[in-house]
Amino acid sequence: MSPDEPTTHEADSSAAGPMVTQGNTHGKEPSHLWRMVAIWAVLAVILDPLFYIFVGPHVPPGTMTSTAEENQFDFNVLFLVALPVMLAIWVYMAYSLITWRASRKGVAEPVGGAAAKASLGVQVGWIVTTTVLVLGAFVFGTVELIVNNGSGGGEGPNPVWTPTSATILPVQVIGQQWKFTYRYPTFGGFESSQLIVPVDTTIAFHVTSLDVIHSFWAYQLSIKADANPQQDNVAYTTTKELGSFTVRCSELCGLWHGAMYNYGSVVPKAQFMAWAKSTEVKNAANTKLLPPFAYTYVPDANGADGGYYPDNVDPYSNAEVYGATPGKSK
Amino acid sequence: MSFGGRLSVVLGLFVIVVGFAVWGVVGFLLPTTPTVDFTSAQPAGSAVDLTVQTVPSIGFGPHPTWVSYLVKDPSGQWQHATIWKVPAHTRINLTILQYDSGSPLRNQQWGKVQGTTGNVEILNGKVVAVYDSNSGNGVGHTFSIPTLGISVPLVGISSSATNTCSVAPCTTTFDHNVIRASFVTPGPGQYPWQCFVPCGLGFLFGNGGPMGTLGYMGGFLDVAS
Repeated sequence: MSPDEPTTHEADSSAAGPMVTQGNTHGKEPSHLWRMVAIWAVLAVILDPLFYIFVGPHVPPGTMTSTAEENQFDFNVLFLVALPVMLAIWVYMAYSLITWRASRKGVAEPVGGAAAKASLGVQVGWIVTTTVLVLGAFVFGTVELIVNNGSGGGEGPNPVWTPTSATILPVQVIGQQWKFTYRYPTFGGFESSQLIVPVDTTIAFHVTSLDVIHSFWAYQLSIKADANPQQDNVAYTTTKELGSFTVRCSELCGLWHGAMYNYGSVVPKAQFMAWAKSTEVKNAANTKLLPPFAYTYVPDANGADGGYYPDNVDPYSNAEVYGATPGKSK
Repeated sequence: MSFGGRLSVVLGLFVIVVGFAVWGVVGFLLPTTPTVDFTSAQPAGSAVDLTVQTVPSIGFGPHPTWVSYLVKDPSGQWQHATIWKVPAHTRINLTILQYDSGSPLRNQQWGKVQGTTGNVEILNGKVVAVYDSNSGNGVGHTFSIPTLGISVPLVGISSSATNTCSVAPCTTTFDHNVIRASFVTPGPGQYPWQCFVPCGLGFLFGNGGPMGTLGYMGGFLDVAS
């Protein structure tokens, strides 16, 4: 065969004309587009509700807090939008594989010719649909972020979206290599390795670090906020259910990053008050040695600062050790 | 080149590449510090005596200036090893010989003895529950197992001490503090232990170097069934 001579496929394709709308050697071609749309619509209508009813309630991070509930709802909404898109691609792929498979007798090869021309309608439809979906997700996400007080993410030292609850329990999260500790300023500022919070209470987590950047991720509470040295990163949530939750560092922070986790508990209010008051008393001897509660700390002058912080102050001055210089006063 | 020749070249290169990969994993990624086994050092169910020392500089090896822990093995020899295999659900009688000086803690929370029997330590014969790191000699190191809630502050020797040890293992003829505490091991598992004093001098935040390298200021408590 000479190079200029059409191949069998090209010849077939040219003879068949536009694949979707014109007939092949066996007669009029069915409307493949509408067939695919019909299959897609049926699957989407069936699978979306099934997902929402049976899978939706189990989507992480659960419903332990207001932010967890809201984020679970957000994930479900996004999945309900994404599922039809995924189905459209899968249906198109499966339909194409079956309908235009090579082994099917009498079907023209859709190579070259008029059959290979783009469809303006399909292109515009795809661009418009995906643009609407992406912009819709953007608007939806932004609204959810605002109305849900940051959705459990760290809002920095001056939160814009604050909860309206009359009573908010502040809990300070202090990251350090390689452990989170927690201070409770409303209970004398005691510090503990345990994170206990009361149910049905709005919590303000003030997240900071004494060394490198960590990230406080209380998974089931749906709280995630970076712990930066000398920064007060505030994240809000309201506890809804009793139970235990996992705290992990989610910022690679050194040798024992993988071991930087602990478990916390949401307990009844009375139990929390009993724990907090007893711990305040039990830790009193150490609490008075801690620096006054502050939203950020300047952990210099500890005699082992690695040369990062200025070491030109008295290393034995309590005022210069952890907590010495509050980054802000509230 | 013949097919056999080409195949030999390909296989040879493959072996070389795999060899380098294995060498890299074994040499750099896997822990190089040996494990000291205490599981058969005493009758089953009996308490395990675990004696360790902290030295301001190890004095040998690739990082002779690095601060480090050492452990006394069941035969009484000091080993530069930080993976210690101990039996589960067993009382560990910990004795720490602290040869390093101290300073204020970055977080005084680690001046509080936590997770030991009675939440106390015995410092040179005196019971201590909380040590003020901003006074006295300060705290040199801590022995902490965060996942078990255990932390023992190791009070430093005087910064003006003259009879200090500079090459490990140190003997008790040098200035040192003796800290004793006990705790009960949990079920089987590997529990990382570390120091909470950023004592890696010269490294960012003091937590690099010996603090960030297995075999110096951190290791595993390998609890066996």
